[in-house]
Amino acid sequence: MEEISKLVIFYLLAAAIVVSSILAVTSHRIFRAAVYLLIVLLCTAGLYLLLNYHFLAVVQLSVYAGGILILFIFAILLTSAKGDRTEPHDRRRVVAGIISAVAGLGITTWATLKHQFLYGNNPTVLGEHETNMRLVGQTMMGSGKYEYLLSFETLSILLLVCAIGGILIARKR
Amino acid sequence: MWSFTQLTHWIDTSLHSCMSADWALFVEFVLIGVAVLAAYALIALFLIYAERKICGFFQCRLGPNRVGKWGIFQSVADMIKILLKELVHINRSDKVLFRAASFFVIIGSVCTFGALPFAKGLQAIDFNVGVFYLMAVSSLGVVGILLAGWSSNSKYTMIGALRSGAQLISYEISAGLSLMTIVVYCGSMQLSEIVAQQADGWFIFRSVPAVIAFVVYLIAGHAETNRGPFDMPEAESELTAGYHTEYSGIQFGFFYLAEYLNMFIIAAIATTMFLGGWQPLHVPGWEGFNRVMDYIPSVIWFFGKTFVCIFLALWVRWSFPRLRIDQLLGLEWKVLMPISLVNLMLMSVVVIW
Repeated sequence: MEEISKLVIFYLLAAAIVVSSILAVTSHRIFRAAVYLLIVLLCTAGLYLLLNYHFLAVVQLSVYAGGILILFIFAILLTSAKGDRTEPHDRRRVVAGIISAVAGLGITTWATLKHQFLYGNNPTVLGEHETNMRLVGQTMMGSGKYEYLLSFETLSILLLVCAIGGILIARKR
Repeated sequence: MWSFTQLTHWIDTSLHSCMSADWALFVEFVLIGVAVLAAYALIALFLIYAERKICGFFQCRLGPNRVGKWGIFQSVADMIKILLKELVHINRSDKVLFRAASFFVIIGSVCTFGALPFAKGLQAIDFNVGVFYLMAVSSLGVVGILLAGWSSNSKYTMIGALRSGAQLISYEISAGLSLMTIVVYCGSMQLSEIVAQQADGWFIFRSVPAVIAFVVYLIAGHAETNRGPFDMPEAESELTAGYHTEYSGIQFGFFYLAEYLNMFIIAAIATTMFLGGWQPLHVPGWEGFNRVMDYIPSVIWFFGKTFVCIFLALWVRWSFPRLRIDQLLGLEWKVLMPISLVNLMLMSVVVIW
């Protein structure tokens, strides 16, 4: 894709992310905050698409927009009454929040600018590259060096334990 | 077989010859957007007419027959009417979310629609993770439905939205698993490659697990469109119209459009994954027959097969009584999901063999 159009798309997405993430923390209606969070997550998926990392973009969509956000919304639907508003925040907490947000921004910016990116100045890997789905699958399922079969299986056992625990807690008797 | 890439290449080169690359890209974005939206609206108009006519025949009626010959302009007239309707504002509803909800539903639907391979070379974007993308984007619609139900400030919409959310999330599992069965079989998630592999025989004719997966996908997909015997979220006798009760005018029209187009999308995905997409019917060994089949354009193959799947969905919708909510969830969790899990393992065994 051409450079200028990439920049335009990037700035549109970035503006949407910044605006809706600020709205997500300042909104007093919890349901609206959830929707603003959804917009942030969708735009992040757009950034991954812009980087040609389609797999991560789709994972972001299906896990966050399709899974976690719906879980949030269900929880809100079942617990909060119509017209519930969060109380205005304590002044000291607002100040502390702003300070930690600015500090976080500073640290991330510093780290990004300081870090020597492996592929940053290497023209052979710049351009239209896509991480192949097959490569992702083989790396995840392989047992060789830099492959992740063991951690994948461990995670699946962890999820199974969580599911069984959830059923046990929610059981009527 | 004629490929649409000739046309798209011609547009691309002629745009690049008369303007800078960035503007050419921009014009192409706009062109693709307009084409996708126009196709979306036209297919919806056709589907609404087809549904009313076919439903009429199932019930021994004539269906629409006043506007134009055989009533073919009925849905156009309905469209003009719905555009002129007043948008009623609901008192004490969350106005921002109320408006946003219909857009979420329709954006999820259009994004899925845009990535389908309609004919040879006629695909807006061919992701490496195509199938996964279709499943991920179509789940955006659930958010819209839940938002609509909550923000309308009414009991009926709330119950409808909760039912719909539970139903969509559960049936997504077996729909996804049956699509995964085909991904295991052909070893790729890219839609163009899945279609290309079916040139010598559609997947449904090649192995038994594919047939089982096709049937499971049709049932689960049908449930995902909130129609037919699975229309608990809208159950008009108890919930007025479910999650979109409070919507009027074109905002209601968005839900209506998305419902019909989701039916089309489910049928189109079933066509692409199981029935060979735009590939003509080929029988190994029958050279003359295959040659004749190649003369039929790929667009006709795609839309023909999709319409067969849509007809199946309409047939089911107008033949079966509505399920209760516990039967509906029981069908998914106790019947379809075990079947599709076992089927996935069966397919893996077939592939390894």
